[in-house]
Amino acid sequence: MSNTIVPFGPQHPVLPEPIHLDLELDDERVVQALPSIGYVHRGLELLAERHDFTEMAQVAERICGICSFIHSQGYCQGIEQLLGIEAPPRAAYLRTVWAELSRIQSHLLWLGLAADAFGFESLFMQSWRIREAIVDIIEETTGGRVIFGTCKVGGIRKDLDADTVQRVRQRLRDIETGYDELATIFRRDPTVKQRTVGVGLLSGEDAYALGAVGPVIRASGIVRDTRKLGYAAYGELDWEPIVEQAGDCYARCEVRLREISQSFDLIAQCLDRLPSGEIEVSAKGKRPKGEAMFRLEQPRGEVCYYMQANGQKNLERFRVRTPTFANIAPLVHMLKGSELADVPVIVLTIDPCVSCNER
Amino acid sequence: MSFITKSPWILHYAATSCNGCDIELLACLTPHYDVERFGIVNTGNPKHADIFLVTGSVNEESRKVVENLYAQMPDPKAVVAIGACALSGGIFRDAYNVYGGIDKVIPVDVYVPGCAARPEAIIDGVVQALAILDERAKERKRQRKMVAA
Ligand code: SF4
Repeated sequence: MSNTIVPFGPQHPVLPEPIHLDLELDDERVVQALPSIGYVHRGLELLAERHDFTEMAQVAERICGICSFIHSQGYCQGIEQLLGIEAPPRAAYLRTVWAELSRIQSHLLWLGLAADAFGFESLFMQSWRIREAIVDIIEETTGGRVIFGTCKVGGIRKDLDADTVQRVRQRLRDIETGYDELATIFRRDPTVKQRTVGVGLLSGEDAYALGAVGPVIRASGIVRDTRKLGYAAYGELDWEPIVEQAGDCYARCEVRLREISQSFDLIAQCLDRLPSGEIEVSAKGKRPKGEAMFRLEQPRGEVCYYMQANGQKNLERFRVRTPTFANIAPLVHMLKGSELADVPVIVLTIDPCVSCNER
Repeated sequence: MSFITKSPWILHYAATSCNGCDIELLACLTPHYDVERFGIVNTGNPKHADIFLVTGSVNEESRKVVENLYAQMPDPKAVVAIGACALSGGIFRDAYNVYGGIDKVIPVDVYVPGCAARPEAIIDGVVQALAILDERAKERKRQRKMVAA
């Protein structure tokens, strides 16, 4: 009997975003998966050649609405490198706070979608209920719910007063208690285990050879976290990258669960040590010149920005390599030999972000 | 409108959105906003849907999908465009692979502004679409009666 091809996507209920896979099946087993992309391609990189380099921070933030802040942070820090300026310490700390808040928000969102993928509706709702509390804090401190708009070249736009810092700390402690309960369900519940343990295996060597990034490679036992480069305030905080050994869907889930707790801790550290002083340095009259490469850690893994400028007010070339792109090759590898029914769960565990990927 | 006469099922498609509006749309379904208590269900099947919610502008690839999904929905139906991108192309309007708003390919009934559109605004848009849906259902009934008579 010849193999069957089953199209998966672009419009389907597990992911809010369009991704398309052609699954070649032998009975119920996936023999091969062929991804095809392009549904969300906008041509964002070219906009950098038209917009002023300071305005472009707004566009960079909209590369993706889930990791929005971290994209603008990466863009701004790259430009700062080109201009030879450095954001003041208070800005670096607050950037870290917001970056970690988006990581928590993004991971909770993922936990919800994952629960939905294996049919655990109430867990989906619980994850998003807690996420909403984080989004409230984001809204209170930045003014936006998903697009923050607080990062700019040279620093940040909004400062937090002592009262807000106190309030945010208190509220984060309460949210963390609620989150711990949720995490226990993910760790203990037999239905979650049944759908994830031993599914979508990726060995450490394969993960390394295929260039996986973020929670995917960390769940396969390889320590690789770009935050260890020490950009923003990460160099001054006490933390260790989170690593799991099993390399299956459950391990990838566990990495994210533990990373949320870690992010709570990082934010607390930042707020405790928040330096005083200015929140921005002026970039007025400066023009970017030369080449810069900047890497940072998104919730989904390492993202690289490349920029090239020749002293004009716009960049000559802007290029982004997003974590989802790096994780597609490992995904195709994981899908080989899996059951058709597990495909949605496996696809989800790389936490695909299509709009980042296609820009 | 003081009460809901119908529990509409919605179909969501992200044309070329940045995800911001999609998350806000999903947030509407979750406990904080919880539109499911009115029986509003997010369905993946266009044949079950009454209201089509589109986020993001259209490009060459997504144009076909949007048209296709719209054609598959049964009458009466309503379309809500969500976010600046879906209205006009938003911040990406100058990008080479962006055609502009959703109304370039399918007729749009309600426009929800914002970048990202807030959940409250999205819910408001759905409620307005509901009134339009009601009107269309009545119109169909009238036409049927006329044909019968
Ligand atoms: S309107 Fe704004 S938030 Fe919504 S999809 Fe477009 S860029 Fe993203």
